[in-house]
Amino acid sequence: MNSDFDVRYTAQLARLTLSEEEIEKFQSQLSQVLKYVEKLREVDTTGVEPTAHTNPIYNVFREDESRDWLTAEQALANAPRQANGLFVVTKVIE
Amino acid sequence: METLEHRIAEVDPLVRGYLSRDFDSALELAKKADVSLPLGGVPVAIKDVINVLGEPCTCASKILAGYRAPYDATVITKLRAAGAIPYGRTNMDEFAMGSSTENSSFHATRNPWDTTRIPGGSSGGSAAVVAADEAFAALGSDTGGSIRQPAALCGVVGLKPTYGRVSRFGLVAFASSLDQIGPFTKTVRDSGLLLNVISGRDPRDSTSLDNPVPDYTAKLGQDLKGVKIGMPREYFIEGLDPGVDHAVRAAIRQYESLGAEIVEISLPHTDHAVGVYYIIATAEASANLARFDGVRYGHRAANTTGLLDHYGRTRAEGFGQEVKRRIILGTYVLSSGYYDAYYLTAQKVRTLIRNDFTTAFEKVDAIVCPTTAEPAFKIGERSNDPLKMYLADIFTIATNLAGICGMSIPCGFANVGDRKFPIGLQLLGKPFDEANLLKIAHAYEQSTPWHKQRPQLP
Repeated sequence: MNSDFDVRYTAQLARLTLSEEEIEKFQSQLSQVLKYVEKLREVDTTGVEPTAHTNPIYNVFREDESRDWLTAEQALANAPRQANGLFVVTKVIE
Repeated sequence: METLEHRIAEVDPLVRGYLSRDFDSALELAKKADVSLPLGGVPVAIKDVINVLGEPCTCASKILAGYRAPYDATVITKLRAAGAIPYGRTNMDEFAMGSSTENSSFHATRNPWDTTRIPGGSSGGSAAVVAADEAFAALGSDTGGSIRQPAALCGVVGLKPTYGRVSRFGLVAFASSLDQIGPFTKTVRDSGLLLNVISGRDPRDSTSLDNPVPDYTAKLGQDLKGVKIGMPREYFIEGLDPGVDHAVRAAIRQYESLGAEIVEISLPHTDHAVGVYYIIATAEASANLARFDGVRYGHRAANTTGLLDHYGRTRAEGFGQEVKRRIILGTYVLSSGYYDAYYLTAQKVRTLIRNDFTTAFEKVDAIVCPTTAEPAFKIGERSNDPLKMYLADIFTIATNLAGICGMSIPCGFANVGDRKFPIGLQLLGKPFDEANLLKIAHAYEQSTPWHKQRPQLP
């Protein structure tokens, strides 16, 4: 499966515009890492349940009441661009 | 506050453990401090991954340059309620990804015992400032060893609590099923005092559990009669530095002389922990770091021509090399067609690693082993070899995968030429059994001289 590893395509999925130099470097470095982690296939995992979390996960409910949290002004304070109480982004609709 | 700031001004140009400090605000808090509280008036340094209202929280990343936290993390709320003063933001590997603090986008932190060497990571700044007497205590975060490994290499006490013991609300997430916040201190007692304050269920973190919070200092000073400590044979491997091997074996003999019974145990899946970790941690990170999109906060690329260009360039400009590498790896192992082969397999082997500990803890109360295979390495030595860097965490990673608690305490020095470098003794405990872990750590600490040693700095 290692030979299918394609940094260029994966970077697109991850929304990362990499340079040619980075693509080449990561291709070689991460192929090594993938080769290392492929050792895991030697382990017999027949009938083993996967662990996503080490603690029991259960739903946490609370009353459906409004609580004070950040004001719109506070939420916008770190925005690279804002106007009229909104985040401003580059045009995304043609 | 003035004495502390004077010390920082004197030493930090060499150590470079801090990213920023707000002296005036801290001084105001100090003037009003209620010294009758458990941590009344005590300044505590905070890793730059934990939100403190109004202060920067860069995660040592350019993508968060200029960001100011709009709220306090729960651990900060709890510290303030106990009278402590959050003071100073400590350096780290960008987004806690690394084992040397060389991956900071701002500058590397240096080991106070030898400023040509790394302090460990990712919480290297927190470990270094405590070791260099630039802080009384500090908070860090531990995803695969990021508290225990730098604590070992800097010669201080570092504790990773059980997963769910401490709220993660306000901690910038790296790998959500592994991350825990914990203290760096000079003594085991201080570690217990901080844990008393930061522990407990938080309605804002659904993974924090409501197990009772005991007084973590209550058992300190009790003897070790009847205590069984496991020595895992898989942690005493070839390649272990002779100085580390010697110090840890001497510590184990010391435990025997203190009345503990040493039992040889096996954790058969140890060898697979690093592989499992670099699949699970990068997978979770690739999802968590998707939020850095240049819309609501942080860096934004200029003159973008559409949505994909906006995301792609913002993230490429903002993230450093190691973060990009891990996002790519994590995205790949989760991607269609590879999920079962990598991610699902890793989750299954994680179960086996966890079972190893469950089985071991049926026989023993705690486990003792080295924290790291070697003392601190030189700055720059491993920067170009990610796999070798990943193996620096070989002894600490399984703890997070199993969700148990662990700590590192000083257990001696390795001599290299005319310099000496601290060695860490790692103690691992059952889930939510920090009180006994601290008792076992304290008995050793109080019977040895290591915690009183300080690096020679001006």
